[in-house]
Amino acid sequence: MVRRYLRAGNLAVCALLVATFLAGQVAIASGWLNPYYQVQLFSMGINVILAVSLNLINGFTGQFSLGHAGFMAVGAYTAAVATTRWGLPFAAAVLLAAAASAVMGLLVGVPTLRLRGDYLAIATLGFGEILRSILYNVDYVGGATGLLGIPRLTTWPWLFALTVVTVLAVKNLVNSTRGLALKAVRDDEIAAEDAGVDTTRTKVLAFVLGAVFAGIGGALYAHYFFVIQPTTFSFLKSFEILVYVVLGGLGSITGSVVSATALTLLSAALQQLAALRMVLYGLVLVLLMIFRTGGLFGTWELSFEAIGQAWAWLFHRRPPAGDRAPLTAAASSPGSATLPDLPEVTRDGAPQDR
Amino acid sequence: MTAILQQIVNGLSLGSIYALIALGYTMVYGIIKLINFAHGDIYMVGAYVAFFAVTLLSMNLGVALLLAMLAAALTGVLIERIAYRPLRNAPRIAALITAIGVSFILENGGILVLKPDPRAFPDPIRWRQIRLMGGSLVLSTQDLFIVGVTVAMMLLLVYFVQRTRTGRAMRAVAYDMQAAALMGVDVNRTIAVTFAVGSALAAVAGVLVGLYYNRIDPLMGLVPGLKAFIAAVLGGIGSIPGAMLGGYLLGVIEALVGGTQFSLFRDAVSFALLILILLVRPAGLLGRNVREKV
Amino acid sequence: MALLKTVDLGVAFGGLKALSGLDLELEAGELVGLIGPNGAGKTTVFNLLTGEFAPSQGEILFDGRRLGHLKPHQVNRLGIARTFQNIRLFRGLTVVENVEVALHARMAPGFLATLFRLPAWYEREAAVEARALELLELMGLRPYARQLARNLPYGLQRRLEIARALASRPKLLLLDEPAAGMNPQESRALMELIRAIRERFQLTILLIEHDMSVVMGVCERIVVLDHGVEIARGTPEEIRRNPRVIEAYLGEEASADAS
Repeated sequence: MVRRYLRAGNLAVCALLVATFLAGQVAIASGWLNPYYQVQLFSMGINVILAVSLNLINGFTGQFSLGHAGFMAVGAYTAAVATTRWGLPFAAAVLLAAAASAVMGLLVGVPTLRLRGDYLAIATLGFGEILRSILYNVDYVGGATGLLGIPRLTTWPWLFALTVVTVLAVKNLVNSTRGLALKAVRDDEIAAEDAGVDTTRTKVLAFVLGAVFAGIGGALYAHYFFVIQPTTFSFLKSFEILVYVVLGGLGSITGSVVSATALTLLSAALQQLAALRMVLYGLVLVLLMIFRTGGLFGTWELSFEAIGQAWAWLFHRRPPAGDRAPLTAAASSPGSATLPDLPEVTRDGAPQDR
Repeated sequence: MTAILQQIVNGLSLGSIYALIALGYTMVYGIIKLINFAHGDIYMVGAYVAFFAVTLLSMNLGVALLLAMLAAALTGVLIERIAYRPLRNAPRIAALITAIGVSFILENGGILVLKPDPRAFPDPIRWRQIRLMGGSLVLSTQDLFIVGVTVAMMLLLVYFVQRTRTGRAMRAVAYDMQAAALMGVDVNRTIAVTFAVGSALAAVAGVLVGLYYNRIDPLMGLVPGLKAFIAAVLGGIGSIPGAMLGGYLLGVIEALVGGTQFSLFRDAVSFALLILILLVRPAGLLGRNVREKV
Repeated sequence: MALLKTVDLGVAFGGLKALSGLDLELEAGELVGLIGPNGAGKTTVFNLLTGEFAPSQGEILFDGRRLGHLKPHQVNRLGIARTFQNIRLFRGLTVVENVEVALHARMAPGFLATLFRLPAWYEREAAVEARALELLELMGLRPYARQLARNLPYGLQRRLEIARALASRPKLLLLDEPAAGMNPQESRALMELIRAIRERFQLTILLIEHDMSVVMGVCERIVVLDHGVEIARGTPEEIRRNPRVIEAYLGEEASADAS
């Protein structure tokens, strides 16, 4: 049983994660990474969480949500109220944020997820704006001024751990039979339902899980940047997260991680030119949709297998091997596109493979 | 009672703006099934063109309005040609993402080029207040002007869509693009005309709102754009009378909510209305239902 | 007792009756053909049986339970699986994954086990994959297991749909024009395969076909629909000689010639 977890791949990932964590810890503690770059580092982590969780909904499940900033807001406000008003420890605040976002995800998801495509997009955008409008008018959470003086409790270990948990949990989900149900809903909802997939439940589940991680991202955000305001979580924030996901590739976790990281750096470089950055984002969306709908990575994922294949290709000039070989066999007879070879049927009725 | 009546009157101007923008949304959605997120920003383009025409070129308002319509129409056609046409056979979400991208470019390009600060829109007309019902109901000639221009535009549009050859082509393409193409309708041209007409109407809305609020800024299209979309859905997206009805209904509802103690929740009410309509009657008040084929 | 029984089943869309008054009875183990000209309401019957549409009249009894108000996935879990006339595969998934989707409902590991890869996850996933590959083997699709479904040639896609339907362990299998677009030899081979599947899985099969000649050889009983109404039922031989059936089909040919 234990051996299953001690495979070379898992061990290598663990070693890599520990090394990254320690490197970050040392860089921050020693002051080598100055505060400006620390802000960028923390933004990266939070943006990765937001992008990966939105990709779960939009990319893997095919339910186009434009309300992700709303769930981030629920998490941010819940956690901030928990620490500043109720004096709860950060761990409890994060859990509460996750729970509140889950409830909100359920409340939004159950009614709206029967809408399709652009109608769902606009309905989720509407929910985000309603939420913001409510935050704007509730004095308990500071109204238009928002919540100020939130303690900086988002430390490197917290950020690192929650980012890793988000990415791994989403990866584990999408690379499993349950994840196949999500993708089946994305590819053909009617066929999925007829294949026994409870599509409503599946969609709501993905939506709620995405909302939970967005809420956690919000909790981390609130406790790093001291201040949260309703304007922080407008639909423009949702659009920004959407840019990460679309650039990386709807349906690629690797893509979301890479593009959230890269675009965080880009926006840091263009800090004085926010409008220019948004023009670039706009261009990215338009050009991607016209020339490369799949984003940079399509549905490709970084894995040891992929590295191995790249290695073999680079140094041994061998094409990627394995189960994919029959692809050429099938493609070689496109002319006889119908039933090229039925299995023989033996007398006892069981079809035998050739 | 008169207080409510007063709010309704106040809502008519805002409703006119929504209706004019909603027309463009609904025409474009009707023909290529795209929520043209950039449509609200075309309205901004129209307002700015009129602003510069009046202030820099000292044109009179009427000429400035025509120029704004022309410029907006051109912008709309260009956007369609460059950003949407290549995606006509792509999944609808791809086109939606593109529209969001175009909207980013127009808004923030506007900030870069036009500077983010609001500008005072010149108002050459001296409006008067009309008092009715013993002075308890106040009506401005400006309200009448806005409603009048809007209704005139709508009548022109209805005439255009119902009675002209191009209008017939638009209806044919909206009903069945492939069949229309087979019948010899120039689909590309028809869609371009749709964008041109819708954008020109948005420019009218932009100029009217400039007169109404006396200020314009590069992000002015953001919220009214969304509101107009709500209006279009409310009335039944794809339906021209629906867009008018939805626009005025939303304007009046917002004015009524604005007159109560919940005035700060005005936006929330509009979006709640949107979601309610989508869930209960997605075809809108005047639209027709479509069922997915299994 | 009959496995499936419909009583006065019908559905109307906006006043248009797509199907009315259908009394259908399938005994366990039967292979019954449902035929009729274009637009006769054959696929509508499937959509009613699987819960895609709610009937506006009559009822459906399956295996002692009343359907009609159930959603398709619930119907599927009770033991009815289908294929589609216009192939509906999960195009972005591999061949084996397509089958695994249909196993998901019965065999998938728990949600938390999935998120955190608990020991149970490994066992269940292995079982799901083994079962899926077994079904592919049976349908002659094993060599294509890791290909994307959309890259399969057309005929294999139809077979993959059948494999996916079998994965949900149905008692009743609904096949919607499985031989569409095939030449006579191919469709004969397919019918052989269908007969073999029925034996192996002890299935009851309801088969839609547009082309009468295809079903004649394979079905024991045939029900004929026209304009949403049953016009005949009986053995292939009876159907072949039934004047109303001939008229329905001839009428269609005549109108096809006219257009």
